[in-house]
Amino acid sequence: MRRRAGVGSGRVDLSDFAGTVGSADPVTIEGAGTRGGAVPGVRAVRAPSGIEWIQPDEMTLSCRASTPVEDVDAALAEHGQRIAVPPTGTIGGALAVGRSGLRRLGYGPVRDVLLQARYVSAAGDVVTAGGPTVKNVSGFDLCRLLVGSHGTLGFLGDMILRTRPRPTFEQWYHLATDRFADPADILSRLYRPDAVLWNGSEFWVLLSGAPADVETTAAALELIPVAGPPDVSGRHRWSLPPSALGTLAGDFVAEVGVGVVHHRERPATRPPDAGLKALTQRIKANFDPTGRLNPGVSVLADGS
Amino acid sequence: MNDAAVAELVGVLGAPRVRTGPGELALYRRDASTMEGHAGVVCFPISTDEVRRCMEVAVRHRLAVTARGSGTGLAGGAVPLDEAMVVSTSKMDRILSVDVANRRAWVEPGVLNLDLSRAVAVHGLNFAPDPSSQQVCSLGGNVANNSGGPHCLSEGVTSVHVLALEVVLPDATVVMLGGEDPEPRGYDLRGAFVGSEGMCGIATKICVRLTPEPPVVATALIDFDDVRDGAATVSGVIAAGVVPAALEMMDRLCLQAVEAYIHANLPVDAACALLVEVVGLPAAVEHDMDVCRSIAEGHGARHVRIAADPAERALLWKGRKSAFGAIARIKPNYYLHDTVVPRRRLPDVLDQVYEIVARHDLLVLNVFHAGDGNLHPLLLFDKREPGVMERVEAAGREIVTASVAAGGVLSGEHGIGLEKRELMPLMFDEASLAAQGALRSAFDVEGLSNPHKVLPSPAGCGDVQGLAAGVWI
Repeated sequence: MRRRAGVGSGRVDLSDFAGTVGSADPVTIEGAGTRGGAVPGVRAVRAPSGIEWIQPDEMTLSCRASTPVEDVDAALAEHGQRIAVPPTGTIGGALAVGRSGLRRLGYGPVRDVLLQARYVSAAGDVVTAGGPTVKNVSGFDLCRLLVGSHGTLGFLGDMILRTRPRPTFEQWYHLATDRFADPADILSRLYRPDAVLWNGSEFWVLLSGAPADVETTAAALELIPVAGPPDVSGRHRWSLPPSALGTLAGDFVAEVGVGVVHHRERPATRPPDAGLKALTQRIKANFDPTGRLNPGVSVLADGS
Repeated sequence: MNDAAVAELVGVLGAPRVRTGPGELALYRRDASTMEGHAGVVCFPISTDEVRRCMEVAVRHRLAVTARGSGTGLAGGAVPLDEAMVVSTSKMDRILSVDVANRRAWVEPGVLNLDLSRAVAVHGLNFAPDPSSQQVCSLGGNVANNSGGPHCLSEGVTSVHVLALEVVLPDATVVMLGGEDPEPRGYDLRGAFVGSEGMCGIATKICVRLTPEPPVVATALIDFDDVRDGAATVSGVIAAGVVPAALEMMDRLCLQAVEAYIHANLPVDAACALLVEVVGLPAAVEHDMDVCRSIAEGHGARHVRIAADPAERALLWKGRKSAFGAIARIKPNYYLHDTVVPRRRLPDVLDQVYEIVARHDLLVLNVFHAGDGNLHPLLLFDKREPGVMERVEAAGREIVTASVAAGGVLSGEHGIGLEKRELMPLMFDEASLAAQGALRSAFDVEGLSNPHKVLPSPAGCGDVQGLAAGVWI
């Protein structure tokens, strides 16, 4: 039987990157440093960069991990497409951290973007996870495991990502109202908004689609067009069940229907469940027995 | 089967829910594939705690465990090997809660796929993954196989719609994977569990996303003189920025078989037809259907039949979903394949499928999810013909190999199970298979949860030892 089909043919050779990662000493990976950066005091490596191809009729794109998110977005814009990865930094960093942007309600989480990844394992091997097509259930879904793994299981080299149509028309709106008993109640009045933000008394809503549809929706709710959403930079990031948003207090901007809250205060800390912690440790030990990849990084540590 | 283990299971569940009779064991030796194994005992727990206690018995006696939903899998995933303890989730069939405002529900794994959509329809919601078996397949099975369906083109497969899972791990601990919150700490173990084909434990509660019913739906049947024109239309529509809710293709033999069966005035002289559905708000639906129509006409479409009312829409969908019943008019048996290729390669790979099948002196009928390149060739045969099964198997292997060589994958929605595990090296080298094994052994240190599935057996290990006599793969 053939050992390796043409899946990777025409794509960049990752053996140099694998050689740099090596197989013995502690090593960390650096990108643009916009999401925390590399582990200090540890030998740092950098993944290759650049877009390999864009296939608009497949709605897929292949790029190397250090490619800036902005470059991918600009290249896709030429084809009327975009990607559900939040701006700034590198694609590899965005996937390794796994946090979504403000459009998650409409675009879905970052974890669903990754179709195939090639990464360098702790043993220095190039490993293929997932497949090149938009639908694939061939084997275990390692791509989901890699997104949000903070470089603790392997260092991403390149990847095939799912793209989506870029809306030809989108508009942010504002609404100051107390007519909804629970912020989620506004969702029943909107068909598939891309984002609904709420600070306790005001909503910001992002709608896209056919202009006539957007205008009809906005008129029915008396939404006021605005330039954009409130600035949420510099805030702490909470993760709550969306049903809990109605009880929030303080200075916050909540993503309605999603549960991400951009808050001035730190989130409450919760100790991880013992069974989950043991399972997490077994996964780390199986993928990186000597703990050489991003040493000291714990995916169970409290974020903010 | 170990008598002491059975006695302990009876202690946990009571005798009526622990079955060891030969007739019952025979019922549970297979799924909807052609493969068979041997069940040692069949258990019917009704709660997480009962599943956990069953798992404790298995751990104590080192029994293999095979979880089973409705048994509609097509790749042998629920076929019990090593005289496994079969854990049927069919009696865990309650919808536990529905949060209408935030569009999610907690369900038990035995809830049937379509029953969930029916239960939430009153709120204008549905569960988006809609496998052809949706009337009988269970949500636990959907989770195990990361199931798809026609409407997964725009909505995504099961993984996209699962937020959290309560799982009994193979060591009998109970954990919550994922969560109702959007960014639970730690690895995405929810994502790793979905599609793991019963090899990482048993899901006992599932939190799913629900999808709002669209305000407007438009459905069209578009037929062509050449399969290539239909396939080019599929790529053209996607490249134009329109992602239909569903985009299905039926070839001539399929159209003829279905028409003879349901009399829907289908274009039986066409080479193929596309069933296109666009949904959303009115202006968007009108725009998207115009795009589909003009691209199809640019590729030589003969007719664009837009359903005038819900009854006609239902008839067109009945045509798509009746293919499996209709083929009984042609041959008594079929073998359904499932591969994915890049959309642009559909014409070439379809040509190869027709050529492979003709060379093996078989018939093929194609009815599939063209929008995401997910081929479903149905090989038709009469198993009473001597030697036919060998030809069916050989043709199937060639179809899978051709799909992967075209830049595709082994399976789009049926999974690997027993059927395709030895083909995994077509897609994955040794280091990549080892990484999948590393995930599995972290969940299941002892390797007792649905053993011998998905991952090819190590070379020279005599992989038939796990299979019962008479099994063919």
